[in-house]
Amino acid sequence: MKKLKIGCGKPTGAKVDGSPQEKPKESESTAGEKEVAMSGVKVGHKAPDFEAPAYQGGEFGQVRLSDYLGKWVVLCFYPGDFTFV
Amino acid sequence: MAAVASKYNELKGLGVEVLAVSVDSHFVHKMWDDYELAKMVKGGMPFPMLSDGAGNIGKMYGVYDEEAGVEFRGRFIIDPDGVVQALEILTPPVGRNVDELIRQIKAFQHVRETKGAEATPSGWRPGKTTLKPGPELVGNVWKEWKVEEAF
Repeated sequence: MKKLKIGCGKPTGAKVDGSPQEKPKESESTAGEKEVAMSGVKVGHKAPDFEAPAYQGGEFGQVRLSDYLGKWVVLCFYPGDFTFV
Repeated sequence: MAAVASKYNELKGLGVEVLAVSVDSHFVHKMWDDYELAKMVKGGMPFPMLSDGAGNIGKMYGVYDEEAGVEFRGRFIIDPDGVVQALEILTPPVGRNVDELIRQIKAFQHVRETKGAEATPSGWRPGKTTLKPGPELVGNVWKEWKVEEAF
């Protein structure tokens, strides 16, 4: 985990450029319709790379998925901290 | 997530790294870890908890709920080449089955070790029958594998 400079902002996770799942450009989208943000991934395809601020064991850091290449990774999304299940 | 954390040593033993993601800030992750998770799992969360406040990662993975502004319970198994081998997405009220996660990882690792020469039938666990896809197997799975082995 790379060290993260702690400020008052609230940084978010983001796509890392060059990952395989490029969103179509605005001009390619259908007549005036807003681009649907959901893309989703498919099994058998590359996992889109991302980077995000993270917390682990008393430290804040920056995590990038592609740093884990060569290892098996389980990526778990969950609805929120302090939820019940 | 506490259930996944409690099996972390087993996952680690399989060479697996875990990344947890929600829309909460990394500061809230710290509070949750300090005040609740540490009481459920010794030492607290043993893997990074990522912050995806804008839902950017969730959107990429198709697990972001635009209406509620949260992420569904999505779980992705990614192999050492960065390829997604399995995914499961649950709505919030039902929790995952970590045993099934570990079973699937073992099966995918077995397939990878055999370079795809062996396939693992339903419910496969290490030591159970695998199948070797090839011309001889066509129409003959019933000779090699019994449905009861799935359970």
